[in-house]
Amino acid sequence: MSNYQTNKPGDDNNRTSDHRNREEFEETPTWAAVVTVLGYAILSALGWLRDFLRHIGLEEKRTAHDPNPKDFVPLYQSYECFYTRNLYTRIRDVFNQPIASVAGAKVHVMERVSDDYNWTFKFSGKKIPSINLGSYNYLGFAENQGPCSEQAIKSIETYAVTTCSTRHELGHQRYVKELESLMAEYLNVEDCIAFGMGFATNALNIPTLAGKGDLILSDKLNHVSLILGARLSGATIRTFNHNDMKDLEAHLRKAIISGQPRTCRPWKKILIIVEGVYSMEGSLCKLPEIIELKKKYKAYLYVDEAHSIGAIGSRGRGVVDYWKVDPNDIEIHMGTFTKSFGSAGGYIAGKKNIIDYIRVSSHSACYSSSMSAPIVQQIISALSIIMGRDGTNDGQKRIQQLACNVRYFRRQLVDMGFIVYGNNNSPVVPVMLFMPAKIAAVNREMLKRDCAVVTVGFPATLLTESRVRFCISAGHTKEMLDHALKAMDEVGHLVSLRYSKKNPHHRWVELDHADYDKEYTS
Amino acid sequence: MGSSMTRGDIESLATDFYDLLESFKHAPFYHISFEIFLVLAVIWLVFFRKPRAIEKKLTEREKQELIDEWQPEPLVPPVDPNHPALNVRVLDGIVGKTVEIDGKKSLNFATFNFLNFVGNSRISEKAIQAVQKYGVGSCGPRGFYGTIDIHLELEERLAKFFNCEEGIIYSYGFSTIASIIPAYSKRNDILFVDEGVHYAIQKGVEASRSHVKWFKHNDIQDLERLLAEQEVLDKKNPKKARTIRRFLIIEGLYVNYGDICPLPRMVELKYKYKYRIFIDESVSFGTIGQTGRGVTEYYDIDRQKIDLISSSLEYSIGSIGGFAVGSSFVVDHQRLSAQGYCFSASLPPLLAAAAIEALNIMEEQSTPLFETIMSKSKRLHKKLLSIKGYSVMGDEISPLKHLRLANALNTIGRLEEIVQFAQTRDITITVARYLTDEHLLPEPSIRLILNVEMTDEELEFLCTVLQEALVKVTS
Repeated sequence: MSNYQTNKPGDDNNRTSDHRNREEFEETPTWAAVVTVLGYAILSALGWLRDFLRHIGLEEKRTAHDPNPKDFVPLYQSYECFYTRNLYTRIRDVFNQPIASVAGAKVHVMERVSDDYNWTFKFSGKKIPSINLGSYNYLGFAENQGPCSEQAIKSIETYAVTTCSTRHELGHQRYVKELESLMAEYLNVEDCIAFGMGFATNALNIPTLAGKGDLILSDKLNHVSLILGARLSGATIRTFNHNDMKDLEAHLRKAIISGQPRTCRPWKKILIIVEGVYSMEGSLCKLPEIIELKKKYKAYLYVDEAHSIGAIGSRGRGVVDYWKVDPNDIEIHMGTFTKSFGSAGGYIAGKKNIIDYIRVSSHSACYSSSMSAPIVQQIISALSIIMGRDGTNDGQKRIQQLACNVRYFRRQLVDMGFIVYGNNNSPVVPVMLFMPAKIAAVNREMLKRDCAVVTVGFPATLLTESRVRFCISAGHTKEMLDHALKAMDEVGHLVSLRYSKKNPHHRWVELDHADYDKEYTS
Repeated sequence: MGSSMTRGDIESLATDFYDLLESFKHAPFYHISFEIFLVLAVIWLVFFRKPRAIEKKLTEREKQELIDEWQPEPLVPPVDPNHPALNVRVLDGIVGKTVEIDGKKSLNFATFNFLNFVGNSRISEKAIQAVQKYGVGSCGPRGFYGTIDIHLELEERLAKFFNCEEGIIYSYGFSTIASIIPAYSKRNDILFVDEGVHYAIQKGVEASRSHVKWFKHNDIQDLERLLAEQEVLDKKNPKKARTIRRFLIIEGLYVNYGDICPLPRMVELKYKYKYRIFIDESVSFGTIGQTGRGVTEYYDIDRQKIDLISSSLEYSIGSIGGFAVGSSFVVDHQRLSAQGYCFSASLPPLLAAAAIEALNIMEEQSTPLFETIMSKSKRLHKKLLSIKGYSVMGDEISPLKHLRLANALNTIGRLEEIVQFAQTRDITITVARYLTDEHLLPEPSIRLILNVEMTDEELEFLCTVLQEALVKVTS
């Protein structure tokens, strides 16, 4: 059962039914859903059995013990930890895998061994060089050599690592001002403010924009930071179905016509929060339609471009660039520097009066340390490269390489018969696994073939929709992608992942360079 | 007229009534039940039916009119262009013991650089090496290849430093305690929180949606009163009481007040009233205690009795981020439940490397360093007390002090004037800034922070300038 709208060309209006909007969310085959639920049921039953054995003392309790006396109220309810104890621990080795190198296109994964079924780990000392398909490195700026890291090193020498002060009090460094004006220029907006953490940018700034008496319309699949920010603001939150414009319109109409619940007073303002690229689905928001709706109903729009800035659009300017809309139509542009710029932090950009208000009343600006110099310098260097200010066309090459890699990888996966979610141009490529055991199997088998991938299941996704999520990078060469595709082909055959009924499929066959160039790079 | 009833009338009524009763006896059963049903229906209609809200059956035109008429408020209210946040100072160079503003160098008493690690060459060297090995960013959350070996090393070192089982690091100081509290305390739980805690803790408390009981700042009697009241409620409903978790949230050294919490008595009460203690030692870590291990060392309390110690890497350590240490039982839970840990990119490796080197220096220099900072704090405290016209808040060994004007002269305007005057004499100090929606807005003050490398002459100079400023402002 799929929860999403699948677009077909010719749907809706002409504006968004072009190739940019081609998104696929093939329906879950019923038998797969049934087997998945059965799998969880068996695991749960085994979990209850094991808990019972632990309770009566036949099995050793391996969880840590509360150092406080027994008459304290237990810190965790037993059922809260049921999932952790009995399901998560079984496959714990595939999460939190440490690395010992730069998180670039290739990475050294530290091998861990466990003698007690994942309760404790020991490092074997071996480092597995793998192709990194899990880190958010869309434009390949996660490098320890090159102009960006050299300039970051220089900035440590000039400005040290930190300032130990908040912005409101002592002030900010010159480089922060430089970053903000450069970012505003990059996005083609009036002003921008930068923060030290992307999560905190959402969680601590949405409360300054919305409050009691306001309505927040949030996409069902929004990130946790957006949901936390909306909750902390005190505004009323209503969710609309993912990317469903009819549902959004219905909510808008209902909100304005009926007003606030109980008192029926009109809403003070309505804020629509969407993301540019949704990191678990790989879908893009339908920005032109949302802007039309927001203009029609006088709502405000907040777009979180954490995964889309730098990675989407012909000039790397995000979904605004991708859909060719006017940036002034969006009140708040938000994004992070972690993914495409190889650094850390977040930003909010928009009209000057909005950014000024955030400068004055943001929690981050008043209570958090200013950003660190090398972090900011990395962003400035990366931005200069993308914008071509460094005198080379390295930036444009990276953007094109990423777009090319994405199209190639997605197409090959679809041809192999996997169910691939998301927009054809999104660098986030989720491939469906469905069954819980496959989460561990795919991860381990891919690592054996020197590919580091990310597999996710419940609760990050719906119960029946576990997936392996690839993050493509401009740093990946055709050889690396071919290696990954070959590995995926073998693993897909081993673990039976070819669920797709829509497309005819075949085993993977390497595309030679000439054909590849003809089809993808021209 | 015939207003009173005659005997005949009464008799006929009685007969009628008797006939009625007789008819009931002879009536078929279905008839009687139907009558009873009608009576009950009437009673229900009259007394119990809720008046149904008149449903809006609007026409399309009316709906469109409502939509056209609705005018939202502006997204943000207008802002005063002279607000200090819009006219902040621009700094150049390293913000260490001295800071450069508009080309002029001044002594820095405004940043949380207690141990003068900002600009330390060893730390910068390690940070540079980390950039050469790992690049700048970590490109992912901890769960998805964002865990780098240097993070694991820092967590181990912090746990070892505090002699605790496990440590966990966060990528942002504010988010540390703000993510920790909601990870443990849920809707039905109770938080006993000191009123003077800083904003990040207030946000964490808000995010947890628990019942909050604020007690007066550092007032043990008030805390005991609240605990006793809760105990009475518990006795009334012991079954429910067994499912409510209780936490005490305090700071080691309060950022907003500069005073130390009365920890020993709070630990005693912990075992009496059965709550767990979470201390935020952002300021006290690296400043208090013989070897900089915070209030637990200062009071010589066994750290096993404290459930969780959280702190920031943005103060004494001179890096960015935050951490928490405690028993594995407590800390491990955060790896799956703390939102700021699971859903956020991990700390950039160069900042972790800087923190590890700072810890190395703290361990190497150990007691002499911390004795120096505590004794300098005491000397500064004495000097400030001797200036008539100021009142000094904070413990004498605290390197963070709040300075206010005595009597009713204490306004933000006057304090700003003092700050500006000091700047002309090459001393940088700052007024403590707060947002207006703090739980308990502290009174305006200048927050003075002592850097361990300040010499006695420099401290003397600071006091001289403060004295002159006072004269200028009160004349």
